[in-house]
Amino acid sequence: MGEGKNMNKEIEIHPVTRIEGHAKVTIHLNKDDTVKEARFHVLDFRGFEKFSEGRPYYEMPGITSRSCGICPVSHLLASAKACDAIVGVKPPRTAILLRRLMHMGQLIQSHALSFFHLSAPDLLLGMDAAPETRNIFGLIEQKPELAIQGVKLRKFGQEIIEKVAGKRIHSYDWIIPGGAKWPLSKQNADYIRSHLPEALDIAQKTLKMFKSCLSSFEDEVENFGNFPSYYLGLVTPKGGLEHYDGKIRIVDAEGKIVADQLDPDAYQEYIGEAVEPWSYMKFPYYKPLGYPEGIYRVGPLARLNIASHCGTPLADEELKDFKKLGKNGVVQSTFHYHYARLIELLFCLETIKELLEDPAILSERVSSKASVNNEQGIGVAEAPRGTLIHHYKVDAQGRIVWVNMIIATAHNNLAFNKAVTQVAKRYVKAKQLQEGMLNRVEAVIRAFDPCLSCATHAVGQMPLHVQLIDSEGRIVDQKAR
Amino acid sequence: MSATTVKLKIDNVEVEVPEGTTILKAARDNGIEIPTLCALEGLTNYGGCRLCLVEVKGAPKLFPACTTPVSAGMEVITNSEQLREYRKMTIQLLLSERTHVCSVCVANDHCELQSLANKLGVDHSIFERNWTRKEIDSSHDFLVIDRNRCILCTRCIRVCDEIEGVHTLDLKQRGRKAEVIMDLDEDWANSCSCTSCRKCAKVCPVGAIYVEGEPITRTKNKDVAEFILTRRKRK
Repeated sequence: MGEGKNMNKEIEIHPVTRIEGHAKVTIHLNKDDTVKEARFHVLDFRGFEKFSEGRPYYEMPGITSRSCGICPVSHLLASAKACDAIVGVKPPRTAILLRRLMHMGQLIQSHALSFFHLSAPDLLLGMDAAPETRNIFGLIEQKPELAIQGVKLRKFGQEIIEKVAGKRIHSYDWIIPGGAKWPLSKQNADYIRSHLPEALDIAQKTLKMFKSCLSSFEDEVENFGNFPSYYLGLVTPKGGLEHYDGKIRIVDAEGKIVADQLDPDAYQEYIGEAVEPWSYMKFPYYKPLGYPEGIYRVGPLARLNIASHCGTPLADEELKDFKKLGKNGVVQSTFHYHYARLIELLFCLETIKELLEDPAILSERVSSKASVNNEQGIGVAEAPRGTLIHHYKVDAQGRIVWVNMIIATAHNNLAFNKAVTQVAKRYVKAKQLQEGMLNRVEAVIRAFDPCLSCATHAVGQMPLHVQLIDSEGRIVDQKAR
Repeated sequence: MSATTVKLKIDNVEVEVPEGTTILKAARDNGIEIPTLCALEGLTNYGGCRLCLVEVKGAPKLFPACTTPVSAGMEVITNSEQLREYRKMTIQLLLSERTHVCSVCVANDHCELQSLANKLGVDHSIFERNWTRKEIDSSHDFLVIDRNRCILCTRCIRVCDEIEGVHTLDLKQRGRKAEVIMDLDEDWANSCSCTSCRKCAKVCPVGAIYVEGEPITRTKNKDVAEFILTRRKRK
């Protein structure tokens, strides 16, 4: 790797498993074998921003949603919002309600996937459990009811997307600049409504179960990316939890609102993007603080940290408990992303109920027509993993000339590196390397639930390959699973 | 209507058709399907896509069914192992020539190239793909041409010339560099002859010419064409 002159050993975790996408972690050791720092490297190179150039703007939702099989809906929404801005129209209210509904489905399926399929094996089978069984299949074997509930909840989320937009994944046919192509049928609305109680029950039970076992993770809570940082995300005009529209709020580690109701269109004024040669993922930072001091986190934890309320009864109750875990209502430990995700699940299900109660949801007026009127458009949405920004510039014919996408996961890039370093320092003992130590490094990444590409296949089947390399580049020790 | 008819065999089935009929029409009229991407009933055939090549017993070479007239005693084979291989290869050549990405194409699920590829079992291409980056012309109010998806079947050119009668569209260059152009290679918005009739979009077998914002199923709705045909016959 040749990372620095005083570096003499390096441990590599490659690939990191049970995350969406391909990444590796390198742990750099001091001469005395203590951990100096750890780095999170993203190995995907996708090139969406480049190959989209020249395409008509209305193809962008379809193109960009292909960047991910887990959260295509978030891309569809951010992209459609950017296109709304290019054509300069406001979609009819029903279209916005339906887009929100679809988004709730997306958040449910993604959060369920993250919690049950990817992280529950660590949380419920143990960080040190044998890697052969520490996966969704092991979970099905040992805790079948819970695993089934997870699968059911994710299915419900996917079904919502399908009922609204025709397809579970990459439903780009439905969403168009200015709204949506077709309305929601009463039959589909009834279907979603009828399955809500069961989903709500699962979400409540899971949250209860998670809270009851929190005490056994005290050490992880303390050491899993537990550090002060800023938090960024969208909020409603009154400062409530928001996922589709709203303005940006930034809160510091003490719970002080640093900036509020920032216009997402002006994101370039307060978000900078740095580049490091060892990762394909950019490093966004809060401009007033500079790089790398301007570290902030996004995603479920950040959203609950910045929101003063959720706006739905059950989620609001849970938010009160959650906020007690931190100073001035700001929870610092990355481990609590799991907790925040479960509260958001509750919020999404309650929001779906509210959306379906709105009579306008069945209106047939779902699109506003217009053509290219503006030379650029910015679309922002809260993806399951955080604030997602799409920014396009077009020529007079509506052909894309420039694209910038800040993916939710990228906002957390600085935090990833800080978190893996903290965990590695606490748990990794290079002289007696054990699999469970490295799994904790991976587990902290899983807590963030990064979405590095469209790797829906990552279920702990990929091999973990760790190498201990000395200063001469020789492999001193290696472990593979 | 020709008074004389000729007898021939297509795939060992004896058929009788009017003299001058093409092999393609003779086969279709008798329920035998021959794949093609450029031929379209109502337009002059020009034998461009080479998918309808057939074997004729006793002849050393293959013939395009859409432009070869039948003759008495002819024995035509439309579906041999060799022809299937050739057709698969032709589809692969078409796919490799330009940039075909079904997943984000307007014609996805309603594309003749895509469905033919599926039907013939083309699941990969043995040829390196060109990945052309030709500029899209979306200057027209609602008609768009993406030449990266064009397979040069020239249906649009023929329909514009023979049915609409304006001949706005034509080809420039030759071979794989060939491109469909408007008037003397103008931006579509600047074409003074185009009547914006949309026929080019209606006959395009792929997603190269389309109507912006209109579902492809509506653009290519064949019922309208049927309706026009019936009305014309009643005059």
